[in-house]
This record gives sequence, structure tokens and C-alpha cells, in this order.
Amino acid sequence: MKFVDEYRREEDARKLINAIHRLVTRPWTIMEVCGGQTHTILKSGIDHLLPPEVTLLHGPGCPVCVTPVELIDKAIALACTPGVILSSFGDMLRVPGSNGDLLSAKAQGGDVRIVYSPLDALRLAQKNPDKEVVFFAVGFETTAPANAMAVWQAKQMGVKNFSILCAQVRVPPAIELILSDPYNKVQGFIAAGHVCTVMGYWEYERIAEKYRVPIVPTGFEPLDLLQGIYMVLRALEEGRWGVENQYVRSVRREGNVHAQKLMNAVFQICDRPWRGIGTVRGGGLCLRPEFSEFDAEKRFGLQDIKALESAFCIAGDILQGKKKPYECPAFGRECTPEHPLGAPMVSSEGACAAYYQYGRGQ
Amino acid sequence: MCLGIPGKVISIEENPLGLTMGKVSFGGIVKEVCLAYVPDVKVGDYVVVHVGFAISKIDEEQAQAMFEFLEQIGNEVRG
Amino acid sequence: MTFQCPIPISEYPTVLLAHGGGGKLTQMLIERVFLPAFANPALEILHDGAVLEIGGARLAFTTDSFVVSPIFFPGGDIGCLAVHGTVNDLAMCGAKPLALSAGFILEEGFPMEDLCRVVESMREAAARVGVPIVTGDTKVVDKGKGDGIFINTTGIGLIPPGIHISPGRARPGDLILINGAIAVHGIAIMSVREGLEFESTLLSDTAPLHDLVGRILEVGGDKIHVLRDPTRGGVASALNEIATRARVGIVLDEASIPIWEEVKGACEILGLDPLYVANEGKCLAFVARDKAEEVLEAMRAHPLGREAAIIGEVVEEHPGQVILRSRIGGKRIVEMLSGEQLPRIC
Repeated sequence: MKFVDEYRREEDARKLINAIHRLVTRPWTIMEVCGGQTHTILKSGIDHLLPPEVTLLHGPGCPVCVTPVELIDKAIALACTPGVILSSFGDMLRVPGSNGDLLSAKAQGGDVRIVYSPLDALRLAQKNPDKEVVFFAVGFETTAPANAMAVWQAKQMGVKNFSILCAQVRVPPAIELILSDPYNKVQGFIAAGHVCTVMGYWEYERIAEKYRVPIVPTGFEPLDLLQGIYMVLRALEEGRWGVENQYVRSVRREGNVHAQKLMNAVFQICDRPWRGIGTVRGGGLCLRPEFSEFDAEKRFGLQDIKALESAFCIAGDILQGKKKPYECPAFGRECTPEHPLGAPMVSSEGACAAYYQYGRGQ
Repeated sequence: MCLGIPGKVISIEENPLGLTMGKVSFGGIVKEVCLAYVPDVKVGDYVVVHVGFAISKIDEEQAQAMFEFLEQIGNEVRG
Repeated sequence: MTFQCPIPISEYPTVLLAHGGGGKLTQMLIERVFLPAFANPALEILHDGAVLEIGGARLAFTTDSFVVSPIFFPGGDIGCLAVHGTVNDLAMCGAKPLALSAGFILEEGFPMEDLCRVVESMREAAARVGVPIVTGDTKVVDKGKGDGIFINTTGIGLIPPGIHISPGRARPGDLILINGAIAVHGIAIMSVREGLEFESTLLSDTAPLHDLVGRILEVGGDKIHVLRDPTRGGVASALNEIATRARVGIVLDEASIPIWEEVKGACEILGLDPLYVANEGKCLAFVARDKAEEVLEAMRAHPLGREAAIIGEVVEEHPGQVILRSRIGGKRIVEMLSGEQLPRIC
């Protein structure tokens, strides 16, 4: 596959790995923000190929992981409501709510449907005029333009039986949260290449300047990650900070202005609780008042449910890179993908799931 | 974040609402993709697709940058 | 002696889809519910079929149920799948298929035309294999109580003398062969599943493997240690089961695993790992190292083995674990499938 296979060649990976080994002269701690990048790193075994001086921490870039429990509970409640079809990306189905997950709601008769795209959810609404279709709109800024378009189109077409349960989150406030923590150890960031494809990287320049850290928007193939890691380490070794773009074939400084335009027309920035972390100021996107008719929480008058979290789950520490999954006492014991205590063990981009799946428990 | 896969645009059309849609091939698998966010895309271009939307057109020239970089670091060792 | 349900009710008070996924929960259900209840030596081997010694002959005995949806898919249907599936389970024991049974559970309202189509497909498949369907059963359930049609096929076969195929026989030094590209069937099904449709020319690779297996055994004889068809749960789950059962380690070489571009593309966009996607018409063979090349050649000479490849080996280290050497030279553990592989987006 073009633009995929070329970034997976062993000889080229070797060159980059050797270059990293030659480059590094002292210990550095860097963080890759995105769960998809964590996944590639562990799947290709990159973490074991880096020099021991390099510590890789995994960031909170897993929208499935940070979706608040209350919203999962609301999704489950909706799925079990007669006449409602709850449509969702596959990833959300096994995330534990206070009491079960969407998959078990489905097992008990709830109408839960997996879709590939938010537009598929809209089509479901058109095909089932006698039902209410709710789309569980999860995601970072990469997904926001798609979610926005579904709402926009629904309004254009006058579709009355479609709404979204909005769980949109934003990356920059999360990075600032990590950097502003007095115990922060992260010295450089591998930024999320697809978030930056949409938003550009101009937002990160201020952060890089303020905290004097190198930030490198990076792609998702093994060679991308190795090059991104190289670029961050090179900046650190040379005492530089600022934003340097690795993912040049997709990311531009200004991002995708068409996508941003529609996003801003439909969504506005708001505070949002991140599961395991707490309320992140400006950490979310919600529907603008003009589109409030498509807000499922308003449409169904969903009260705030008292949400229950496992006492043992340390997802917050995992998501902020403060602990590694195997440092959690429940990892691999009470908490496994079959019976997860929290989201990072079940989301295929969650750090705990990646560590479990690819055998980093040792 | 997330899964953004490169695919080749093989056809483009406007749907009844004026939304630009296209067929994109991923190694032979063809999926319908919304091209509204890449208005300058042409048949034969490659796009990065996330949840059924093209979020960028792949800059083929820039894509070469990686391989030039690899040449360079390869030469560092030899030089 | 009464039977006490061993799975803590608090853990899984109801059966989940994942219990049928072919991964960890399926294993758990078998090990904790079925095995203790039905305990006997033939069952405990837990291969694709049971081997029974009867009057000096060794018979393979297997059963399989088919619940695939949609029932008509690119490259096949539930009918031929049902015939091939059981013929293949017999073949994985090294047995020549002797006879099949076919049990039907039909939902009230299921179109007669569809039933006839399925039955015709079964007739054709069985005729091509040369195995008669000698007995059967039909039940009809109320509308809404059965997804159109479910089929169970049971088969008996004869194992030639000198052939001893069982998961426990895998040993360090063995090479692992597969007869062709992986994940084709699962992706062909996904291409017509609601919510995930995509256009593709992929056809399910469902096929009877008894002839190919016959050839493998002819060439390899007793040096063929294990045969397994990696259906639900994919290659990863099948290898994990064998590694556990034989208490050996397995090392897979990612770059050697045959996979078609289209399948790769589909797995990429759906976020699926092809190692966990269901296969049909595929067979893994654990072969003593000194016979492997010869067996590989024999496979490649057969129509169902043209893309056969050596994809890994059995080692002494890390018993029970499957390790993959990635394309870029890194290593990772390939775990058993957890739950149902849901297409991921994020």
C-alpha cells in the first residue's frame, strides 16, 4: 500500500535507530501524546529498540479513555431506551461505565450499532424515521470535523430524529496540564499527527515557547515515529525548543482551514471532565446554541447520573504518564481486557491495553 | 489522533446536497469518503482518511523528505 | 454428582458475544464449564476433533455449528461453509472424511428459496469432497427466536495408520507453515456487514482442505506434528492454543506472513489486526525442520497452497507464548484474542 509500506522498511528503521543511538548522550524523557502512536510503538517493538537513556511516557491521547464515565452511563441509558438506536465507533463498546458497558447493554436487548463514520449514523436516522438515532460523538480534533459535518448535514436536510451525545475533547489543554504539573518529567513531546493535520501546529508554538519544550507533530508509521523521536531528541541534545514538523506529507502549520471552519461553526470550546484526570479547562468541544436541538443530553433530558469508578483504577496516572501500566497493582490481575476496571485497558489505543496485548507486563 | 489511512481517490462526485463525496481505494478496497475538507483534490491524488472523511491531501513532494533524510543520516555514518 | 456452575455469576451472569469469539472467553467457557462437566480423555486433548479407537481403527469425530451472518457472502454461503468446516476439522486430525450429518434450526418465516439455495450449496460441496451427508435433523423455531438459519454438521473420518496429529506434538525446532494468505474470509464477511460495508473483489477462501492435507501427510508422514485450521480468533489464537497445549514457545516472522493488499487495506481502515481475523480454507502445519522444505514444495504444487509460506518456528524459550518479530525488527508478544475484535476507529 502506497504511503504505508515505504514507512515500514527494516533497513530504513535500522538507519534511524542507529542514528538515535549515536545522537543520545544523556537521559531524556519524552512523551508521545496519541494512543495510536503508543500502539505503533509497542506493536513494532520500537520501545525496545531505543537506547536505555530514552524514557518514553505515554500520554492522554486516547479519546475513548478520557470520555467521562457519566457519558458512558448516559449512552447505556439511551441504548436501553425503547425507540432509540445508539450508534457508536467500535472502540466505545467495551469501555466500562458505572454498571456494565455498551456491549452488555446490547446483550440485554439495547439497540447498539457500530458505525464506521458519523455520516453512517445520519444515514441510519434517515433509514429509520420512526426511531431516534443518537451518535456517540467521541474524539479529539481529528474527529471533530466529521462529527460537525454530521450535525451540519442533519440541520441542512431537516433530519429530526438525529442527535449526538457529545464527548469531544481537545489536545492543547491536556499538554498544558501535563507541563504545568510541578512533578512533570516530560522534556519533549511527540505530538499527534492527525490532530495537527486538522488543527495545524500554530497552537503549540505558544506552549513550546512558554515551557521551553520541543514539540514534534509526528505520523503513525514506524518510520514516522522513529524520525519524530530522533527530531525531539536532537532538539533536546542541542538545547533547542519550539515546534518542528515531522509529518510534513500531511501536516501544515495552518492545518486544514476548511475543516476548522465547519468545526467552529458547529462547536465551541468548553470545559470538560476527562476521565481519571478531572475537569480540564477548555478541554472539550460542545455544540453551539444554534445546534442545541442536536444535543442528545438536552433532547432526552438526561439527568446527571452519579457515576461510579473502580477504587483500584489509576487511569489518571497512566494517562498523564505518571505511572506505567505494569506499575498498577491491578494490571493483569483484577484488571484485564476481559474484565477491565477502567478505560485504558479496553480501548485499543489505551496504554494498559497496549501493554497487556503486546506483553510489556514484565 | 487516531486512525488516518492513506488512500487513492478514484472518483469524485457531488451528492444531492452539494457535499463532495468520492470513492477512495485502500490497496484495492474501495470506500465512499467525504471530500468536503479537501476541495482541491483530484482523481489520482492520495488523501489521509479518518472515519470516512479525507482530512488532508498527501503532499507527494513532501513525502520524499523522509527518504532524503534517511539518505542524509546514512551518509553521516559513511562520511 | 451435581454440577456446580464454576464461572462466578458475578463475573459473567450472561453469555456474551465474546464467549463465541474464539479467544480467551471461549477458552474459559470450555475450560470452566464444558470440560469439567463432560470430562474424559478423548475430550481433554481439545483438538479440532476427537480421536476414538474403535475395533482397531482410529476414527476422528467432530462437530461444528454455523451461525454466520449474512448467510450469503462473497465467495460462499452458510451451506458450503458448514460442509467445508467439518471436513476440515476432520482433516486437521489427519482423517479422510467418511460421512457427515446436517442439523438445521430454521426460523419461522425463513424464505424457502434461501433454504433451497443453501441446501444445493451443501450438496455441491459434499459431492466435490466425495463425502455423503448420511443423516440429519430439522427444527423450526418461532419467528424472532433464531437468526434465519443455523446449521450444525458433525463428521466422522478415518485416520490412516502411522499418522499422529495432535497439538501436544509440536516441538522445538519445528517450522510452522501456512497454505496461503491470511484474514481473507473475515474481511470478505465484513465487506457486507451492515455499518462497515466497503467495495471489494474479495471472496471468502472457504474450501475443503482434505486433499491438500492428504498430500501434506503423503510427503511428511509422521514428521507432520500438528495441523490446525485458524478460524475464529485468527492465526494468533490458534497458535496460542497450540503453544499452551504443547508447552512450547512460538516465534512468528511478520514479514513472512502472506497477506493480500486488499485485506491489508481493509484491516488498516477498520483498525483490525489481520492475525486475529477469521480464516477459512487455511491450514497451519507444524512440520519437523528437516521435512519442511519438501512439504512446502508439495503445498505450493497444490491449487489450495500456491501461496504457502513458512511463517515461524517452535522454540524452547518462553513456553506458552507467541512472539512476533515485527517488520522493522522489533519484537512483541502476540496474545490470545481478548473479547470480540471490534473495528476500531481511534
